[in-house]
This record gives sequence, structure tokens and C-alpha cells, in this order.
Amino acid sequence: MPDQTVTSAPEASAASPSSPRAGARDRDPSARAERALRRRRLLTGRGAIMVWALLATLLVCALTVPRFASVQTTGFLLLDAIPILMIAMPMALVVITGEIDLSVASTAGLTSATMGVLWAAGWGIPEIFVVCVLIGVVCGALNGALVTTVGLPSLAVTIGTLALYRGLALVVIGDNAVANFPPGLTSFFTSKIGGTGIPTVMIGVVVVILFFGVLLHFSSFGRALPAIGFSKEAASFVGVHVGRAKFWMFVSTGVVSALVGIYWTLRYSSARSDNATGIELAVIAAVLLGGVSIFGGRGSIPGVVAGVLIISSISYALRLGGISDVVLNVVTGLLLVGSVVTPSLISVVREKTRARRAARAVLARSAEHA
Amino acid sequence: MEFPTYTRGRALRRAAAAVAALATVTLVASGCALTAASDDASSGSGSGGTESIAFVPKQLNNPYTDVVLGGGEAASKAIGYDYSVVGPLEASASSQVTFLNTLTQQGTNVIVIAANDPDAVGPALKEARDGGAKIVAFDSDTDPGSRDVFVSQTDAQAVAQIQIRQMSEQIGGQGDIAILSATANATNQNEWIDFIKEEVDTNPDYAGITIVSTVYGDDDDAKSFQEAQGLLQANPDLKGIISPTTVGIAATARYLSTSEYKGKVALTGLGLPNEMREFVKDGTVTAFALWDPAELGEVAAYAGQALVDGTITGEEGDTFTAGDLGDRTVGADGVVIVGPPTEFTADNIDDFDF
Repeated sequence: MPDQTVTSAPEASAASPSSPRAGARDRDPSARAERALRRRRLLTGRGAIMVWALLATLLVCALTVPRFASVQTTGFLLLDAIPILMIAMPMALVVITGEIDLSVASTAGLTSATMGVLWAAGWGIPEIFVVCVLIGVVCGALNGALVTTVGLPSLAVTIGTLALYRGLALVVIGDNAVANFPPGLTSFFTSKIGGTGIPTVMIGVVVVILFFGVLLHFSSFGRALPAIGFSKEAASFVGVHVGRAKFWMFVSTGVVSALVGIYWTLRYSSARSDNATGIELAVIAAVLLGGVSIFGGRGSIPGVVAGVLIISSISYALRLGGISDVVLNVVTGLLLVGSVVTPSLISVVREKTRARRAARAVLARSAEHA
Repeated sequence: MEFPTYTRGRALRRAAAAVAALATVTLVASGCALTAASDDASSGSGSGGTESIAFVPKQLNNPYTDVVLGGGEAASKAIGYDYSVVGPLEASASSQVTFLNTLTQQGTNVIVIAANDPDAVGPALKEARDGGAKIVAFDSDTDPGSRDVFVSQTDAQAVAQIQIRQMSEQIGGQGDIAILSATANATNQNEWIDFIKEEVDTNPDYAGITIVSTVYGDDDDAKSFQEAQGLLQANPDLKGIISPTTVGIAATARYLSTSEYKGKVALTGLGLPNEMREFVKDGTVTAFALWDPAELGEVAAYAGQALVDGTITGEEGDTFTAGDLGDRTVGADGVVIVGPPTEFTADNIDDFDF
């Protein structure tokens, strides 16, 4: 599991290519200290805390909810979680760069609608897949262009495109639903790997998770993203192409949303304009719960995966226990408020005490001069 | 970790981001209006060998559905089944699937479902049937291949004919009308709307009537209200609105009763007498129709029991007894008809309480 990516003054050097004196690294005390810090983060960082929380959640659910610990649960739970899990990966990167994308669910809906229309028109499945991915690219690129070249805030842009893409979906397919997809294909999308209960589609989902995990934690491009979220100006000064990076982040949310649109359509074997309505909020909730800072600058992929699975497990366990969705909304909301507000409160308190200390120091110095 | 100096701009940006975050959180948390769910948690499959029956409505907290479920609950208690209600808070296509999955896992004997989308629930229902559950569709049909029987309020054509006839009587057989439906994919609403359009196109009595537009309020009160408002703004010559959904007709009536169109624009459709009473009394609405929703729930529960007992298999011609309501016969495609709709006017509306 990669460590939590946090941009801070001492780590800024680590984010840049390492010094050529690789042989001297063992003798360099600061490098040794840094490695020790990383090892500690591996077990106690925010991402790690979420993974422990996930394991605890699963344990509690398995012990308290009858029939939760079963192969069937694995299958149903993962099938439900896949759309959120997929979109949460690029969304985590977008939020880490200090932006947000609310148009993801609408992109998925537009993809689904297009898929239905093309299938009804007699297109072949491979061509449809290509067109769908292209739609994702275009939707993401439009968001990216408006945010980076025009310089509009992403919140405003993507609220706009949320409505725009959903509207286009309605234009494309209207109030029809297309459902006659090939049974072989739809049953593949709900099939499980052998007797494990793990959906076959999870293979693709794992590939997506690994891609974004490696991108964020093990590539120079990804290492620069938290820097962008932390301070755009500083990132520009050290040579990061801020605009370009953000643009491609939005394209990636678009493409993954299109893939989710395809998955959604075939899993429910129904192409409609209102597919995946509202999941953008579930995705952002999971991303924030997974330890990504809404202010940008920090977050980790393992944490986000854990965040998604915690919410999915709790909701599935509550449903299995016959508890109403109303309670579920309350629980999710409380979790989220807690996970977002607590770190912010801590930092506000820290900020205040530091400001007071600084003010006292200044006063003391001015008293000396006087 | 942090830089101790902050410019005002950054502080503002941070504050804005915090506000955005909190707004998101509130949205997620509130999700839906927090009204108490109509049932208490049930333990799922009966441990003492009792059969279990679970109703999956299009959405929870819908006044019409609540009446149907009331009938279903009474009948389930009468036949000694474990009764439960599970369902989504919003009537979207795929939202019911996860509930069907958990019911499958709990080994529920009878699943009674009103489908938001006939196809989206298909695979989940197949899995439930593989697990031994009997499937009764009610109110809004699923794909006929994925259920045993479909309990229909009444013959779709009859429902459509009553609505267009009431409208025609009120506007003198002449003028533009519009339709305000539930969701764009609702199976039952779309079927009625198709029949209404067919009547208008083919029946010479309605030659003077034109359907100018069909809008969707998604069975959401506020959205239906706005759609009604929009209809009258966009079509100043509109003579009447047909709303074949209880949420839509109540919202439209509420809008009309406070607008200049009160008494000038006719409104018919399917509504609950208790919700429509004041609008009939104040002259906004002259006539509307509905069947007794509770009977729908009752017949669905008895049909489920008959399927479990093997009294019926869903074949055409099978007969079962629906408690006090008497015998019902399975028709073509496994459809069971509950009975003809009732027409409500100022004369008889006080005789009904649902």
C-alpha cells in the first residue's frame, strides 16, 4: 500500500526526482528520517486509518447482521459499489488538485442513453463501446477546457454540465428505454468468478484502481497533483503544468464515467436517460470519507477505496437487516460530517493558537525595540 | 505542514470550498425528506417456518402507495405471513435492484413489486426466482417473463377511456389538452397515455381535442407543481390537463386553485379522494377517477399466497380466492384484474376515505 501523499515543505524535495547521490542515501540522516516517517504513515496515515475502519466495519457487520458474511453478499455488494468505486478513482485525483466534478453521473446517463439509441439503430457492440468512450472524452474535455483555459471555478462549470449532459441524455433517448441487449452480454456483467461471489467485472475495476493508484502515488505526474491542490502558484513555479494536469484529470473523470454508463446499462439491461442519477454526491461523499481533503492537496487511493467500501457495506448491512433507507441517509450524512469537519476543526484550532503565538512574538519583539 | 501566512484571497477561497463541502454533505445527508418509514424492521425470512411476503413499491412515502400497502399488510396478517416493506426513497429505475438482492438473500417467499422500470429489475427478479421466491407484480408491470402474475388495478384501456371521457365532458369536446405524468418510463402511466392518445386519434367523439404536450413531474410534488405552471404558461389556450398519477393531480390542483385558471382549466386524472376533496369542494376539479388502492394490495397478497400454496401457477384460467373480495381469475399473460375504477364527483366524494 503506498503511503499517504501529503505535500509539505520537507517532502517537496521527495516529490521532485531524487538526488543523484543514491549511494549516499543510507548515510543521509534526513532521508533515513523520511523513510521512517513513511513507514509510520503506512500504518497510521489517514488512508491507513480508513482501511482499518473498513476492516472493523466488515467485522461488526459480519458479527451482528445475519447472512451478511456470505458469498452472496460479496457479489451483490460489489455490483452495487462498482459505479461509485470506479468514478471515485479519478474524482479523488480531481479533488486532490483542488477541483471538483459534479457532472460525472450525467455523463454516465448520457452514455447510457446513447448506447440505447445506437443499439436500437442496429450498431455493433464494439463500435458502441468506442463511441461511448469518446463521449466520455468529450464531456470531460469540455469541463476541463472551461476550467483550465477559460479559468472558471469547477464547481460552477460542473453544476452547469451536470444539467447540460442530463438534458442531452433526454434529447438523445427521450422517455424511451432500450432493453433488448444481448443476453450473453448482460449476464456476463452480472456473472461471478467461479464460486467466489466476486463479479467478473471487478477485474476491470481493479485495473482502473491500480491505474489511478500508480498514477497518483508512483508517477511524477501524480506526485505533482497534491502540489497543485496545495498551492497552484507554487506548483507553477516548480515547473508543473497546472492547466494541462487539471485538463487531463477532467478527461479521466469523463472517460471513467462513460465506462460506468456502459456498466450501468448492461448490469440493469436498461438504457435510459435517468440512469445513475445522483451518484455524483455518493462518489464525492465516499472520496471525502476516504480522507481526500476538500481543500485539495492530500488524499490517497487506498483510503478512497476503503471509503467507498465502508459506505457500501454499511448500506448493504442495514438493508439486509431490514432497516429503512431513511436511517441509511442519516448514517451516511453523520459519517461524512464527522470525517470532513473533524480535520478542519483541528486545523482551525491549530491555526488560531499559532496566530496567537505569532502575535505574542511580534509584540515581544516590538517591546524589545522600544 | 501549513504555511503560516495566508492572504485574504486564500482564506476566502478556503471558506468557499468549506461551504461547498458542507453543502454537499447536507445534500447527501438529507437525501430525502425524513418521514418515518411505514414499517418497523422485520427480520426477513420467518424463523418459525412462517412464510414471508415483502412489498417493494416504486418509492416509500408516496400517499397512494401507502394505501396500497395498508391493504397488503391487512391481507398478509390475515393469511399469517410475515409482512415487510422495503424500497427506495426515489423512484428511479435501478434503485429497486439492491432491495431485491437483499430479499433474495433473506430467502423471502413472496416478492410483490411495482416496477419503476420493467427491464432493470429483470435480472434481479430472475435471481430471486432461482432462490425460490414467487414474484407478484402490482400497479406497474415488470417484463412478463420475470414474474408469476401481475395484479392490475383494472383494465388499462378502461382507465384511459374514463379519463378522456371525463375531460371531454368538461371541455365540451373541443380544445387543447395536456398530460402531466409521473416518470418518463413508468410502465402503467405510459400505457394509459398511449390508450388516451389512441382514443383521441380514433374516436370521432374526441375529434375536436388535441393533445399538445406531455410533461413529467416524476411523482415529485414540487416538480409536478412547476410542470403544471409551465404547461399553462406555454399553452395559454389550454382547456384541460389530464394527470394519471395521484401526486401529479394533487399538485396540479393545488396550483390551479390558487391561480387565475381556477375553474377555467379542467383537470381530471387519477387521484386520492382524501387529497382531492378540498379541490372538488372549491370548484377547481369537477370529476376524477381511481380504484380502491387497498384492494390492489389485498389481491396481490392473496395472489402471492396462492402461488406459494400451488393453488395457481400464473397460467391463464387459474382461480384463487382473495379473502372477502371473492374469487379472481388469472387472465392472459398472467394478469389479474382487481376491478373497475370509481369516478369521484362532488356528489359522492364524501363516501370515500382513502
